[in-house]
Amino acid sequence: MRRFFPLLRVFSVLLIGFSFCLAVPMAVSWYVDDGAHSAFDEAFLVTLMCGLALFLATHRERREMKVRDGFLLVVLVWTLLPLFACLPFWLHLDISFTDAYFEAASGLTATGATVLSGLDHMPLSINFWRTFSHWIGGMGVVVLAVAILPLLGIGGRQMFRAETPGPMKETSLTPRIAETAKGLWVVYLILTLACGLTLWTLGMQPWDAAMHAFTTMGLGGFSSKDASLGHFNSVEIEIAVMGFALLSGMNYATHFLALRQRTLSPYRRDAEIPYFLGVLAISILALTFYLQALGVFGEFGTALRYVAFHTISLATSLGLTTADYGQWPFFAQLWMLFLGSFIACSGSTGGGIKMIRAMILYKQLYRELLLALHPNAIWPVRIRSAVVPQHVVAGVMAFGFIYMVTIVTLTLLMTASGMDIVTGFSAIVATLNNTGPGLGQVGPAATFAVLSDFQTWLCALAMLLGRLEIFTLLVVLIPAFWRK
Amino acid sequence: MKILILGAGQVGASVAEALASEANDITIVDQNREFLAALADRLDVRTVTGNAAYPNVLREAGIEDTDLLIAVTQSDQTNLVACKIARSLFNVSTRIARLRSPDLIEPGLLSNENFAVDYAICPEQDITDYIVKLVEFPEALQVLEFANGKVTLVGVRAKPDGLLVGKPIRTMREHLPAGVDARIAAIFREHQPIEPDGNTVIEPGDEVFLLAASRHIRPVLKELRRGREPVKRVMIAGGGNIGLRVAQALEDRYEIKIVEFDRRRAELIAGKLAHALVLSGSATDENLLAQENIDEIDMFLALTNDDEDNIMAASLAKRLGCRRVLALINRRAYADMVQGGPIDIGISPAQVSIGALLTHVRRGDVVKVHSLRRGAAEALELVAHGDKNSSKVVGRRIEELPKIHGAHIGAIVRTGKQAEAVLRDGIVDYQRIERVIIPHHDTVIESDDHVVVFCVRKREVAQVEKLFQVGFQFI
Repeated sequence: MRRFFPLLRVFSVLLIGFSFCLAVPMAVSWYVDDGAHSAFDEAFLVTLMCGLALFLATHRERREMKVRDGFLLVVLVWTLLPLFACLPFWLHLDISFTDAYFEAASGLTATGATVLSGLDHMPLSINFWRTFSHWIGGMGVVVLAVAILPLLGIGGRQMFRAETPGPMKETSLTPRIAETAKGLWVVYLILTLACGLTLWTLGMQPWDAAMHAFTTMGLGGFSSKDASLGHFNSVEIEIAVMGFALLSGMNYATHFLALRQRTLSPYRRDAEIPYFLGVLAISILALTFYLQALGVFGEFGTALRYVAFHTISLATSLGLTTADYGQWPFFAQLWMLFLGSFIACSGSTGGGIKMIRAMILYKQLYRELLLALHPNAIWPVRIRSAVVPQHVVAGVMAFGFIYMVTIVTLTLLMTASGMDIVTGFSAIVATLNNTGPGLGQVGPAATFAVLSDFQTWLCALAMLLGRLEIFTLLVVLIPAFWRK
Repeated sequence: MKILILGAGQVGASVAEALASEANDITIVDQNREFLAALADRLDVRTVTGNAAYPNVLREAGIEDTDLLIAVTQSDQTNLVACKIARSLFNVSTRIARLRSPDLIEPGLLSNENFAVDYAICPEQDITDYIVKLVEFPEALQVLEFANGKVTLVGVRAKPDGLLVGKPIRTMREHLPAGVDARIAAIFREHQPIEPDGNTVIEPGDEVFLLAASRHIRPVLKELRRGREPVKRVMIAGGGNIGLRVAQALEDRYEIKIVEFDRRRAELIAGKLAHALVLSGSATDENLLAQENIDEIDMFLALTNDDEDNIMAASLAKRLGCRRVLALINRRAYADMVQGGPIDIGISPAQVSIGALLTHVRRGDVVKVHSLRRGAAEALELVAHGDKNSSKVVGRRIEELPKIHGAHIGAIVRTGKQAEAVLRDGIVDYQRIERVIIPHHDTVIESDDHVVVFCVRKREVAQVEKLFQVGFQFI
């Protein structure tokens, strides 16, 4: 047990830090006096006490963490923090602990699948906490910690490696990991501020603007309104949200470089962006024409408005909605859901397998076909001018495989527990990709409240798997991890 | 002239050979004793064994009274250091260095304060440019440019059904489009030059050298090859320095397949090429060639560093149905043996790269020197200076010039008095109009004319240079 003490010490520091995140909605609750502050008081105190107790028990262990400790820490953070984050929901709202945990996990993993309804009449602080957790989770609680933990003299690099999404983890932006993390957070902060101010000037109330900026930049999906973004019924707001969702779906490292060098050239050099924007543009146009041909919308402009918003929202794993696309032809719904599994760029706040992996998988497929024609050919998989080493390609293929296996397994478990296939499958895909709304009974007009407790836990698991890119969670489950 | 050559590799040896026959004192430095011994056996040169980057070795090689330093060792670094030493310690007046890496061509880096390189040459790049031209003009044996690309010289082999064959060459102009002029500068029949005049009749198998303004060369060649398809698919054997450079230069415009034997090297070049298909295997493996549809390939380039491999691979490709094959051949004996036989074009890398070097060595005002027929003949671009009194050429009609047997003037590039406005990088620039003149017996040479002279044998070169020198007594 002692070997976990250094790890637990780091976790305790994180937990104390997280308790102050809870203090933000608590302050909001006190300020607007919405009647929910007792729940936040208790949640804050419980989290702080747990953190302090753990810290006191373990603070004497000042050993450097190992890589495998990093993996375990990340898993602990993502599974245990929702436990504390869900306290306000559980204490204040009339819902089961399962639903509360689901809601908190959905918030921190920036998924946006909700079990709550009647949002319009909820206390402001509850909605604020839901979207604020998106924002914290969007960039990763751990990356935030990386900016602070090195100051405490505990290994940051291991954690960063386990956390950052995408296969090419070796590229460092700055020599020091803490500098990198800080830089990324500054970019995140600037973009969020810009998003919030834009929404405010476009006519949102200040609180709504803040909450929707959080949800947009974290690519979460919670809204303070039952009708989601459709509540505002404003083309300008939709365009602004689309724009910031696209920015957030790109690699933050690219934003960081562009900001530091004050040029746009990093965007031109980014290998993912052309595919990211290209696939989206083609999908939007194709779906618009498809829906127009089927006569779903009267005017082309209206069709384009709704298709563009939902395609971008679902593909980037944002998950805000402006209309009930559950009424659209099934093909369109499925396509948008499917896009969410690979569109977001690596290093973004989006979900799915990430564009870079999709590109590598595609190029590897092409390579195999080419080798069938030219057995002697040497055809490396390349991203821009860089050759992707074969061991990385193999890792990506394993990742793609485990991603499919996860979907199939969890879908099977959903149907085994009595769920229909459309709802079961789409709920798993939507949560594994951290998108949010699914199809059928969990479609845009409904909530995840229809799920049984078992199914809710399955979806919560899918969210965590998706956010941790599956491998991180699986690695701590294999016996070799626990051997000395 | 006292010349010091550093490096006795392929380039060094062929430079030594070219210059030794022109009454120069030559010393060669190399670390490899055997290379030097082999050279000393063949040529009248002095050899010194040692590292060319050390002042002591250079002093021993007599650098103190050297006029020209040619640093052509394998290593860019050694060449740079040698030039620096030659300038700083020994004050050698002209320093030429071979620099393989394009990274070193930075502004200011090679200036006298820094590495002190007067002329940087890159043989690989010269050979690459040369081969790329041959792919662009697939019917040519050689494509060479003069006067900043204004004039082009093309060597072609006359085909039995060709346009020029069996007719006196004065009828050629009838076949060319209006306004297009070209001149037949030389004809080689069975390796022997014949002096062409208007009544010469071209026979099948002759090597014909055509000189024309560069913008006319495409219509001229188009006339010659009527009905033949342009090159689309190219296969390269050997992914070494030259193979890779050629593939990079061609891959955007042609379908390229490149065969490399060493698997590691193949993986390396595959990472550097965007579209070309890299194949791992031997270019002399007929199964591999057949599998890659060699009979559909328009041009096969054998560019390994092994003469025998190149000849065998190219011959095999030809036999398996490739339309046109080209091989790099270092040994002249081999090249003469196979060119025109199984292999369409044999290129001597040393002779290609030496042209750039010879330009800096030659006396007078030589702008450009190209070796023809693997060193047997030479084409020079000279600038005529002075006036009717000081120069033996300026102000005279061509028929008045002293006759040098085997040498004649092919083209003149004249810079006009008027300037024309040209838009360059968004800035209007005034540039003198340059005119390409295909001279006749009564054309008068003016001062500052660039004159392209064709020498069918090398021994006339010195006489030509002397002719263009401005007489001392008049300066």
